[in-house]
Parts: sequence; structure tokens; C-alpha cells
Amino acid sequence: MGLFENPLPYDALSTIIFLPLSGALLILLFRGERAARVMALIFSLANLALSLPLLFLFDPSLSGFQFVELREWFPGLGLKYALGIDGISLPLVLLTVLLSPICVLCSWRAIEQRVRAFMFCLLLMETSMIGVFCSLDFVLFYIFWEGMLIPMYLLIAIWGGPRKDYASLKFFIYTLVGSVFLLVAIVALYLKQGTFFIPDLLFKSYDYRFQFWVFLAFAIAFAIKVPMFPFHTWLPAAHVEAPTAGSVFLASILLKMGSYGFLRFCFGLTPEAAQKLAPIIVILSIVAIIYAGFLCLGQQDMKRLIAYSSVAHMGFVTLGLFSFKLWGLKGAMLQMLNHGVTTGALFLCVGILYERTHSRLIADNSGLGKVMPWFVAFFGLFCFSSFGFPGTNNFVGELFVLLGAFETNKVMALFVIPGPILAAAYMLRLLKRTIWKDGETSPLEDLTLREVLYLLPLAVAVIWMGFAPRGILGLMESSLRLYLEAVKGAM
Amino acid sequence: MSGIHSIKPILPVLITLTTVFLIMASRRRPNLREFWSIAGSVGTFVAVLTMVPTVLQGEVLCFELSRIAPGLSFRFRVDGLGMVFGLISSFLWILASFYNIGYMRSLGEHAQTRYYACFSSAILGAQGVAYSGSLLTLYLFYEIITVVTYPLVAHHQDEEAYEAGKKYLFYLMGTSKGLLLPAMVLTYLLSGTLDFSPSIQEGILNQEGFWVTLTYWLFILGFAKAAIMPLHNWLPSAMVAPTPVSALLHAVAVVKAGVFSIARVMLSVFGLSLLERLGLGMWTAYFVSITIILASVIALTKDDLKERLAYSTISQLSYIVLGVALLSTMGITGGIFHIVGHALGKITLFFCAGAIYVAHHKKRISELSGIGYAMPFTMGAFALASLSMIGIPPVGGFVSKWFLVHGAMDVREMGIVIVLLVSALLNAGYFAPITFRAFFEGTERTFRLREAPLWMVIPLCATALLSLFVGFWPDLFVELVRSMR
Repeated sequence: MGLFENPLPYDALSTIIFLPLSGALLILLFRGERAARVMALIFSLANLALSLPLLFLFDPSLSGFQFVELREWFPGLGLKYALGIDGISLPLVLLTVLLSPICVLCSWRAIEQRVRAFMFCLLLMETSMIGVFCSLDFVLFYIFWEGMLIPMYLLIAIWGGPRKDYASLKFFIYTLVGSVFLLVAIVALYLKQGTFFIPDLLFKSYDYRFQFWVFLAFAIAFAIKVPMFPFHTWLPAAHVEAPTAGSVFLASILLKMGSYGFLRFCFGLTPEAAQKLAPIIVILSIVAIIYAGFLCLGQQDMKRLIAYSSVAHMGFVTLGLFSFKLWGLKGAMLQMLNHGVTTGALFLCVGILYERTHSRLIADNSGLGKVMPWFVAFFGLFCFSSFGFPGTNNFVGELFVLLGAFETNKVMALFVIPGPILAAAYMLRLLKRTIWKDGETSPLEDLTLREVLYLLPLAVAVIWMGFAPRGILGLMESSLRLYLEAVKGAM
Repeated sequence: MSGIHSIKPILPVLITLTTVFLIMASRRRPNLREFWSIAGSVGTFVAVLTMVPTVLQGEVLCFELSRIAPGLSFRFRVDGLGMVFGLISSFLWILASFYNIGYMRSLGEHAQTRYYACFSSAILGAQGVAYSGSLLTLYLFYEIITVVTYPLVAHHQDEEAYEAGKKYLFYLMGTSKGLLLPAMVLTYLLSGTLDFSPSIQEGILNQEGFWVTLTYWLFILGFAKAAIMPLHNWLPSAMVAPTPVSALLHAVAVVKAGVFSIARVMLSVFGLSLLERLGLGMWTAYFVSITIILASVIALTKDDLKERLAYSTISQLSYIVLGVALLSTMGITGGIFHIVGHALGKITLFFCAGAIYVAHHKKRISELSGIGYAMPFTMGAFALASLSMIGIPPVGGFVSKWFLVHGAMDVREMGIVIVLLVSALLNAGYFAPITFRAFFEGTERTFRLREAPLWMVIPLCATALLSLFVGFWPDLFVELVRSMR
């Protein structure tokens, strides 16, 4: 497991992790809502700018961790302050820093109460999310992992919709249960190897019994996060009640932590168990894709629909991962990013509508084609992307996942096929009902400049990754090969 | 990559795309908007024409837009087959643009900007399908056609239109996602590429086995735009659309995109020698023969003029697949030539149906007694186009049937010859009575003498004369088909 030094003169990863946190603390020092908004925007944009060197200096030919920072932290317990990114975490970090300023912008007017606290929570979320993807020490990883729980809970519980108490508590309990299992696995690994340092733990051959139990603990923790069927029931509630920015973070980044965990830890630490138990995950993934598709068809609430579609999309991710083929892994990684972009954008669109009509029901938001043409153009693009229209990002991701699935088992893979059909059906149904309506529509304001500004980067990403995903694929390829070989070697 | 690298193959796509935006931008000025439709169609046709000389010399024009992974790319490639479809769909768009103006304005239809924008987008899709250089590109434009034609089918936004639209998407999107997508995945896994083969003899697939055969049938059924039974039912329902849509899109651009795609997959993915080895050609030929006969029989029972034409289209589309499935030079020539022969004839018939509706608000055949006296030009064109459909010399449809029968005899399939002859009789059975009724039943006073607006009558006369013209001089299209190797 190679570790490669940070070529930058400063601690690049610590900077992007803790810059949002310092911004958050600074917000607390100042009074005034406008100052809080502006400061959150400045800090998140600065963080975006500061992550660009990572992209340009990242060497895609190396499979190990790069930009590594390694310091003793608590030597008695073997704790290290260790950070590093590889081809798997870098795209997810970039997704996080891209979405953070967008989340600030989309809350500009939507959040009117306790603005400072809201922006504080957002920036705290950003710190924790980047931290999770960069941590190379399990304790550090766990701190960041838990660090997301509180601000996310607050985002739902304070600024949420009418059933916010129910939704936030459900989210909290589910996630906490998952965290307990994660902790169990971490402690088990520590007892076995005497270290929390992830690169020292990865790719070692543990005996199968140990692997089995560790895998199970990890799998439950990550399955709740993804969320996989049948652990998905917290998701629609949380999404529906969360404010737009909360939904975007939840869908785009938090769900990815589950699939990221599967790839990093279940493949890297317990490859043999992953192999043996893969059929269960694959079956659950296919069930999630089909079942969530049917649920989407019956939804009246737009946010609920998109939330269930997330379950289906994440089903593609886990299906791709557990196909144990390079196509499948690439497809899964692409789907993580695509889902982050597209579903995030769809939640933003619903948020934009909610600000105008104060309803998330499809029936209350119909006939927009005549009154909000620019909105419809963006919304249409993201809906098309969501059901994998060719030329958009999701098409490439789904195609790769299907290639992986068919390569593994053609007959099994045929059962996935109703999924894309259902996706087209529920997305087109949603689009038709929002764009068209019999009779007149009351006038609504079309997109403002601020709204166009934060939708545009996502729209560009949708098209760009639909036609030219090779740049992104190049970043992750050698790291993915490493994990794939680890699993294959365990056969 | 063999062939000449050139930007020409994407020019028609770019021009149609620009046209769509110009149409939307000038939504408040109808005259300007209609000017863009016409200018766009002429520009597209000119751009297509510039490629003809190169293709006639047996060369292939290529353009690669982007590459996702080895063998997975968005690329364009123009050969004889693509040229035939591209030429006919872009040329007829010019005539349809004029006809559109007459039709939409006479009836005072709503949402005309949406209508024109979607119409141009559908042509964009058809042009893209014609010049696709890989299955991925083909799939992209094929799907574009599906979604942009939905607002045209559901144009009237009433119960019937919504039902038809729902059915339309269900059939077309369901098959493309449910059958084409796995077919593409299987093709890639079996061959390592989705880029079309440069030769029609050897495709990109070259092995045999259950999965290859399955992939083949997934493709044949997956291109539901070809309306092969049992996946044909969307087409008659789609007739609720305004008539110009039925004329250009549901007789030329959309449905031909379906049969074109099938022909493309048979020739450039599987290749003649593999189909020969697998023995799939004859299976396909007999499979589509069912559609040819059955659709004609159903057409006999329809009193609604547009519905009868729709069933006739279903039957005639399968001629094209049948021709290619014969796997002989004559058969392929006949099949692909029928893209042109049928297009010119059927667009005329639909134009006439629309003209009758605009001038006299009649939809049913039983109400047309004596209309020939009132609309001599329209019904004259109708009669000529019917002859083409039946395959009577020297109209265009005769040429394709000649080649088809010749091709079937070459491979000694008397069954196919019989199918073609029976179908011709059935065609006569449902077309001749319309003309007969129009001119020889009723009296001169049944209808007041009134033709449709000139915007409509001139295009329909032009297409009728053209179908006569290609019957006399089919050389251009035959040469284009022959240029494929």
C-alpha cells in the first residue's frame, strides 16, 4: 500500500477540511444574517478553489494514497492524525466542495430563521464530509462520521417541514444504530492488529470467520447509510422534511459514504467475506431498484419521489460494486458522482418550486411550461439525466454497471432491466405533470440569476459526464484496479 | 478508422439544432418562426446534398465527437444506407414545412411554437440516426426522437391525445430501455465494441450461440419504431396527432428511423455472413411477413382514413426489413429503396388526408363519396400515390417491389414471393376503393368545389410527382445502396 507525500508546500487536505470549520466559527463571532450568508459563501467558494490544486497535482497512475499527512496523535493508543486521498476519494471530495457553495446559495432566501446557526451547520457538515473521505485513521474517520450526525439532525429538526420531529428522530436512530456497528468493526480490527491506521489494515489476509463478522458489522452500518433495501425507510421521511440544502447534502454526499465504505473497507479488509456474501447484496440491490421504481410511480410528493429514486440509483451503485468487475466498479463510482449531481440538482429544483408555490405536491406545481420556461429547461435536463437518457451522466454510469452485471451473470442481470423502464416511466410522468396542465396557470417568477448560477454548473456536469467521462474515469482507474484485485485475489 | 474524416456528417444535426433554438427564440413572431423552419429545412437538405458525391464514389465520411471507453464512442459515419434515409427525411422536411404552415394556420392550432420546435427536433433525431457511426450514437438520437415526438402526439392535450401519448411512450421507451439497452450491453460484452463495422459482409459480432441469437431478437423487437407486430399498436393510436406529424414523422422520419436502425444493426453489427451462418435472415423474413399480411388485412377493416393509412404503413415498413433480411444484393436494394418509395407515396397520402380534413373536415372514408370532384388535385395525387403503394409501374413503389421479388427469387424463397403478391392484392383492396369512391361515387354536388390552401396542395402534388419520378429514375438511390460494401 503506497503512501505518497504531499507535493504542496502546505497541508492541503487539512486546509480543505478545516477551512469550513474556521468559517463556521467565524460566523458565530459576527452578528447579522447577511454577514453569515456572505461569509458561508466566501468560505465554501474558497474551499472549492483550494481543492483545485489537488485535482491538478493528483497523479492518476498511482493507486495508493496521495497528499498524505501523517502525525502522531495519541501514541499510547496508536492513534495517528493521518489524511490522504486516492482515486476513489478524490472525486467524492471534489463533489463535496462543489456542492457546498451551491447549498449555501440555495438557502439564501429559503432560510429566514436562525440564519447564522444554519450556515454554521452547513459548514460543519462540509468539514465532516471531507474529513470522512480523507481520513486514514479509523478513529479520525469515526469522529468525522459521527460529526455529520449532529448538524444533519439539526438541519432537519430545526429548519425542517411539518413532520420534522418524526423525521429527524428516525434519521438519528437509524444512523446511530449503523454507527454502533461501525464502531464494533473498528474495535474488532484494532484488537486484531493493534492499530487504527487504515493503510496498515488494508489488504491483509484475515481468517474467514473474522472477516465474516467484520463484514457483517460494516455491511449493516453502510447498508443503512446507502440506504439499501430493507434499511431505506428513514430516507424518504428525512428527505421530505429536510430543508433543500439538507436534502442535497443528504442525497449527494451522505449516501455516498455508505457505498464508499463498502468499497474501501468491505473490499479492502474483508474481501473473502465480500465474495461469499455478494449474492445477498446483489439480490437486495436488484430488489431495491425494482421496488423503489414501483414506489416512485405512486408518489404525489415530488421530494418523496426523488427520495425513492435515490434508493433505486444507489441500488445500481451496490450492484456495480458487487459485480466484482472493473466495469461494475467504474460504473458504481460514476453512479455515485452522477447521483450526487443529478439528484442534488433535482432537490434544488423542488426547493425552487417550494419557494414559489409553498407546496411539494406534483398537483400544486403543474403547468409550469408556460410560466417558467427556463426552470423547465433545467428541470427537464435533470429528470432526463435521472432516468439515464443517453448523452447524460447517468446513462454512462448505468451502462457501465449493466456491463459489469451482465459480465458476471447474464441471467441475473436481466432481472435489473425493469429498473430503467420504471425510471423512465416515473420521471416522464413527473415531467409531464409539472410542465403541462389543462387550463391556465397562475403566473410564477422564472429562475433568478442566483438560481441559474447554482444550477448551471450541475447542468454542465450532467452533459460533460455524459459525453466525456474519461477524465474522471482516468482519475479512479488505478485505485479501483487495486481494490478489484484484492477481492479477486481472495477467491 | 476507415473513411474520410470530415465535419460534414454533423452539419445537418447542428443546423437542425440551431433551427430549434431559432424557432423558440422567435415565438412571438409567427412569420419569422415559420421562416426559420423553412430556412432550416433547406439548409439541412443542402448540407446533406454536399455529402452525396463522396458517398456515391464508395467513400465513407466519419466524425468522432467523443469517446467514453474503448469501443464506446459518440461518432458519425455516413455511408449509402445513411445517405438514403438522410436525403429523403431532410428533403421531405422542406415540403412538410410549407404544408405545416397551411395546416396549422388554417385550423388555428394552439401551441404552435412548441409544435414547430418539436417537429424540427424530430428531424434532428432522424438526421442523427441516419449518420450514426456507433450503436451508442444511434441510441442517443433514437431516444431523442421518442421524447420530442411525444408533445406532437399529445398535441391536442385532451383525453384521447394523452392516452395515445401514454401508449406511445410505453411502447417506444419501454422497448428501448427494456430490449435495446440489454442488447447493446450484450453486444459490447460479446464483441468489445459498439462502433459499426466498416463492412456489411462482416459485422462486429462474429461468434455464434444462444446469446448472439437472443441479442439479435432483442434488437429486432427493441426498435419498436419499426412497428413490427406485436409491437405495432402505438402507431395507429399516434394518429391523433396533427396530420403533418402523421405524414412526415409517422410515415417517414420516426418509423423509418426504426426500420433504418434494424437494417443498420443487421448490416453493420451482425453482418451478412454471420446472419447467413445463424440462419436468422429467413426467420426474420417470415416473421415480418406476418406483419405484412396481417396489417393489410386490418387496414381493410378501417373506415378512418388516417387509421387505414397507419396500418398500411405498418405493413409497408416490414417490406424494408424483409428486403434486408433476404441478405441478397437485390433484396437489400429493394428494401432500402422502399425507404424512399414508401416515404414519397405515404407522405402524399397523409398530406391528402390532411388537406381533406382542412378543406371539408372529413375523416372517414365512407364520407368521401364524390370528393374527387371537389378536390381534383388532392385526389389525383392520392390516386397516384395509391398506385405507388400497390406497386404498379411506373410509380416508385413498383421499383422496390420489383427488387424485392427479384431478391426473393434469387434466394429461392417462393413463400416470400407469394407474401409479396398477396400483399399487393390486399393493398389494392384497401386503396382502390378510396379513389373509386372519390371519383365515381356520389355526384358533383356532394361537395362544394374547394381545394385546401395552396401551401398544402403544392407540397402534396410535388410529393406525388416525385414518387412518379423515382419510379422512372431510381438510379441515384440504387447507386447509393450499391456503394455499400
